[in-house]
Formats: sequence, structure tokens, C-alpha cells
Amino acid sequence: MTRLDRLPVGGGGMVLGLGGNEGIRRRLLDLGLTRGAYLRCLFASPAGDPRAYLVRGAVVALRAADAAQVSLAEETETQTKRRGSGK
Amino acid sequence: MTEAGNKAQKELLVALAGNPNVGKSTVFNALTGGKQHTGNWPGKTVGSAYGRFRCGGREAMLVDLPGAYSLLAHSAEEEVARDFLCFGGADAAVVVCDATCLERNLNLVLQTLELKGRAVVLINLMDEAEKKGIRVDVPRLEKELGVPVVAARAREGKGLDECIQRLSALCEGQEEARPAQVFYGEKLEAAIERVRAALGETRAPARWAALRLLEGDEPLLDKLEAYEGRPLREELSSLLEKERAALPEEALRDGLVESIFARSEVICRRCVQGPAGPDERRLRIDRLLTGRFTGTLAMLLLLALVFYITISGANLPSALLSRGLFYLLSRVRALLVFLRLPEGLVSLIADGGLRVLFWVVSVMLPPMAIFFPLFTLLEDVGYLPRVAFNLDHAFQRCRACGKQCLTMLMGFGCNAAGVVGCRIIDSPRERLVAVLTNNFVPCNGRFPTLIAILSMFFVGAASGGAATALSALLLTGLILLGVFVTFAVTRLLSGTLLKGLPSSFALELPPFRRPQIGKVLLRSILDRTLFVLGRAAAVAAPAGLLIWLLANLHIGEMSLYAHLTGFLDPAARLFGMDGVILLAFALGFPANEIVVPLILMGYLSSGTLVEMGELAALKALLTAHGWTLSTALCTLLFSLFHWPCSTTLWSMYRETGSLKWTALGFALPTGVGLGLCFLVNLCLKPFGL
Repeated sequence: MTRLDRLPVGGGGMVLGLGGNEGIRRRLLDLGLTRGAYLRCLFASPAGDPRAYLVRGAVVALRAADAAQVSLAEETETQTKRRGSGK
Repeated sequence: MTEAGNKAQKELLVALAGNPNVGKSTVFNALTGGKQHTGNWPGKTVGSAYGRFRCGGREAMLVDLPGAYSLLAHSAEEEVARDFLCFGGADAAVVVCDATCLERNLNLVLQTLELKGRAVVLINLMDEAEKKGIRVDVPRLEKELGVPVVAARAREGKGLDECIQRLSALCEGQEEARPAQVFYGEKLEAAIERVRAALGETRAPARWAALRLLEGDEPLLDKLEAYEGRPLREELSSLLEKERAALPEEALRDGLVESIFARSEVICRRCVQGPAGPDERRLRIDRLLTGRFTGTLAMLLLLALVFYITISGANLPSALLSRGLFYLLSRVRALLVFLRLPEGLVSLIADGGLRVLFWVVSVMLPPMAIFFPLFTLLEDVGYLPRVAFNLDHAFQRCRACGKQCLTMLMGFGCNAAGVVGCRIIDSPRERLVAVLTNNFVPCNGRFPTLIAILSMFFVGAASGGAATALSALLLTGLILLGVFVTFAVTRLLSGTLLKGLPSSFALELPPFRRPQIGKVLLRSILDRTLFVLGRAAAVAAPAGLLIWLLANLHIGEMSLYAHLTGFLDPAARLFGMDGVILLAFALGFPANEIVVPLILMGYLSSGTLVEMGELAALKALLTAHGWTLSTALCTLLFSLFHWPCSTTLWSMYRETGSLKWTALGFALPTGVGLGLCFLVNLCLKPFGL
């Protein structure tokens, strides 16, 4: 188990749950970060925070403070690769 | 029912909903022919655009709702969208979706269908999806959603006729909608049924209202009470409490959205095939534009390039326009004299009103006609969200919202537009910070002043292309100073008056899109350039009259104008300027564009504005009136940091609804400007600069 903000760039995982206050949670939920959703970290901004994630087909930038509220089951590299190439 | 009786005559009211960045405004413009008006809709003062179109045999009004990810009313936009669908009397809805990320979009579709079953789902950007190898099974999707689904490429106008056709069939009852319902789990469904029975008939769809009330949506309960005129709170509170207590906590919190997304997933699995997410090429460009070094470099280069093109491109047309308009002025003057109007009146009209108007047009139109399209082009390609992404860390350290970057960028065009744009920021604290700091970046009206002074006093011996490049570079530096002060003041406000921590922030980075150059030109020139120019012209002519009067009315020996400058002079000297400059800024309150001509007029005391003419001649005039390097620098700084123009201030008042905050919005940039000028003057004076 890991957190979204700790996911390496290029890594992916499955959402296990959301923490944080009501405001953050709702916003993340509306973007589709519900339990079971698959996420991938695509790239980071010049300062390393925020970073861009792939969420249900869209690219969404999240700050580390917000991403830290998302707990994640990390996928192994091969799983991520298989998913990426499964076009 | 009366509603049914009126149907044949009544104008249809159609709501246009959709996630941000799905081409909703393209659909809106295509349907209504681009004739959009802005107005306010019930509930909130967030303006929605509306326009008319023919729907079958009937007139229809299309209301463009703010882009939103959800209708669960967590933000002002979502509440406006929801209230309009619920209480605004919409007959039907069109929900625009992005074919490339349908799963996320279906969240809003399913929520909208709960609220307004009579809806058409428009799957836009089908071409982009096809290019990415995504296939959407439209007939299947229609079956799953239970409402008409239309594939579209709104930018080419494809699919819109079919959308209108299906909408009309739906509204005339030739086609029936059986909107898909989300299943929220047995326990919650049973509770919904019980609340629904107790609630009875209301203006809002019963199932939806029951669910919201179970969720504890107090504002909705108040609104329902107001619309129904029944003491609903009294009737329902004990039932709601009992039901809520019996439900597992999970069911009402994350559970609702999870159920909706679960349904979206199932639908997408059945109807959509192909890869999810961006392709390698887009990722490469994104990594370049947001890379540690390349991202910052690209940002600065683009900024400088935009200024270079603006400055170098505007010179010639500006000169031609000025020559043409002043020729016209001389003819108008001759005509007025020919009509035997009294000399004073001729002078008032020609030298007062018209001359200022022509001045503003010839100085402003060319740079605006270049700057705005360039800016719109960057916007259209999708670069601006990347800038916000790159700069967010700095805003975060200032405890502000990353979207403030977008409103700051809007401020480059027009600060009033930037202030209004702050509505995209959800947190009231962060919105206020963004409103108050917007004026720290120079708007288009201030660019001509900045460029003129920079070229006269700081570019020096360089000439031709090198001079233009140097001006562009120096201007970029000034802009960066403005951005830096924006950060500093933002941090200051967040630590003092508007104390607080940054709220959560999510910014979508849409795919890059090939810009539609023709449309960009048309849109930016019609919507922005002419709009801003019209407003400036509207204030320039009366301002010209006022200035003429000031310069031509005498008290004792001196004109009113001379009295005023004399009065301001001692104070202005403290800040490295003089009375003429300070009065020019004061009289430029309605429009910043007229500051430089006002200064020149003061020195020539000719009673009218002068032509800009050769820069070298202008510099000679200014130095003859005591301008030094420090005067030029202080005037530059004060142009960058002083009170907002009247339109911006009025927008601030409209947006904050408070005189106190508006006053602060006036005082902050003025204070910063005076402080900087004072320091510069203090440091440079001893060296005689």
C-alpha cells in the first residue's frame, strides 16, 4: 500500500480509499478517484509539485498535499506495462 | 396543466451542460450562431450566457451553464447549474461529452439525467477519439442511457443538426426518454423511496430531491420550502434523521459517487473500445513544456516572443492609423468651421473629444489586434493550463489557488476581465486574494505606455530589430516584476487579512488541439479587441471633453489644469514624478491608455492632446521638462502599480459586493507603486539620475 504522492513518475495503482476533509474528498471523487479506479503518474511540474495523473482517461494535475489523501495499491511495473500496451 | 397548454406557443428553454474543456462553448456558438448574451440566472450572480436557436418549429433559448464535473453543488458553478436545471424552468438539457474520456464525463451525464430526464447527450470530439483509436458504440450507448445520444464534431459543425432534431422530437413528445437510473444499493434505495413518499410532489424531481435531502443538503431544503410554500423542514426533519441514522455512513458519503462511477464504468465497458489516456507524442510535448528547465525556459521565451511580435508588428499600422485618423480629424474640423459653429465648440468637439478618441484608437488598436489573437492562440492550443501547472508551486507557497495563475493571465488582456474570471476559483478566500491582486499585472491598456517609455529611455542607441528585441526583453522583465509582486502581495494577504491555508486544487490538462486560426482571429478581434476598444473609446471621448474643459477654463491667470498640476507637484516630487504625470494618472482613471498623451498635453499646455509622433522628439520634450532616468523609471513603475481603472474597480465591487474590499483593491497597488517610486527616487536622486 502506498500514497498517490509517493507514486514514482510512470508508476500506477488502484485507489483503496480517500482521507482528508470533506472538501478535498468530494473534489477528488468528482474527478473519478473512487475506490477501485486505476491511476498513473504521468509527469511532474518544474518544482516537482503539482504532478499530473491519468484519471479515467483525463490528465489531471494534483498538488502533493491533496494526492497524499489518496491511498493506493501500487501495481508492479509489468502490470503497468501490460495495461499500457493493452490497446 | 397550464404548462402543457402553453407548450405549443411557449419558447423552449434548453440548458447546455458539460465538463470543462469538452467544447461546450463551441457547441453553444454553433447552435446559436455565436450570438451570445450574458445575464444572471436565479440563485447566484454567476453569469450564464444565453442565446436563441430554432428547435424544430419552435423558438428555443439555450442557456450555457458553467462547466462542472458534478452537480452535487460543492462549488458556485455546480450550484448554479443545478439550480437552473431544478428551479430555472428548463424544458430539456443537452449534455456535451468528450469522446476521449467518456467514463469521467458520464458521471455528469448520469447526474444530469436524475435531474432532467428529457436530455440529449452530445458526444463531442469524435474526430480526436478516432485519431486515438477510440471507438464509441453510439446506438449501444443510447440504449444504456435511455436518452438520445448524438456523435458530433462541433468544431466542424457536424452532428449539431441531428442534435436539434432529436431534441425537438423529445420536446414534442415524438420520442420518449427513459433515462438510466443509478442503483445506490438496497438500503439507500429503500430510504429514498420512503423520503420520496413523504416529500410528495415538488418542483424538483422527487427521487433526486429525496436523495439530496438524505445527504443533508440544507440549502436545497430551504429552496424547496421557498418554492413549494410548505413547511418541509418541519415535516421531514424527524424522518430524515431516522433514515440517516439507519444507513451505513459509507452509503451517503463516498458511496454515492462510487455508485455513479460504477455505473459509468459498466456503460463504458460495453460501449467504448480503445486506449485510455494520452499518447506518447502528447506526453513528450507535455514533458518538454513542464520540464524542470525546459518548462521555465519555454514559458519565458513564449512570453518574450509574444511581446516581440506585438511591438514590432504594431509600429507600422499604428503610425498609418494615426496619420489617417488625424487627417480625418482635420477634415472634420474644417467641416465644423464651414458649418459656422462657434470656435469654442469646434475646439471642444475636435480638439477635445475626437482627438482623444482617435489617439486611443490608433495607439491601442494595432497592439491589441496582434496581442489578443496571439493570446487566444495559446489558449486555443491548450498552453495556458500548462503555465498554471508550472507556476502552481509558487502560488501554493503563497497559500493561494493555482487557478489564480489563469486569472492573472487573463489580466494581461484586461484586468476587469481577470477580476470577473476569478469566479473559477472555488474557495472564497482564494478568490478574494486573486481579485485583489489581479491589477499587479499590466493590462493591454498599459502596454503602450510601458513600451513608449521603455523605448525612449532604456533602449538607447540600439535601433531597428535590435531595439524591438530589447524593448520586448525589458517589457518581459517588467511583467516578471509584476508577477513577482503578485506573489509577494498574495503571500502577504494570505498571512494577514485573508489568513488561511490553500484549499485543494485540481487542474485538468486538456489535450493539445490544433488551433483554428481563422476562428481564433475572428473571435479574438470581435470578442476581445473590439469589446475593449469600444469600452476605451466610450470613456476616452468624454475624458477628452473633460480635459479640454480643464485646460480651457481659467481661474485667475492660470487654467484649471495648471492649478491642479501645481497643487499635485510637491507630493509627486516625493515619488520621483511631477504634478503633470500624477494628474495624468488621475485623469486616466477611466482608461489607462490616455496617460501618455495626457502627460504630453500637460507639458505643451496646448489645451489638447498631441500626436505621439517621433519618439526622439518626444524624448527631447520630456527631458526639456526635467525628465531624468529616475523620472522615467518611476513613471514606468507607477504605470505598472497604481489604482485599477474605473471598469476594473467596478468589477471588483460587483464581484466582492463590498466597498471595503474594493477600497483595498484600490489601495494595495497604489501603495506598492508609491512605495517603490519613493525608494527609487531616494536611491537615484543623490546620483543626479
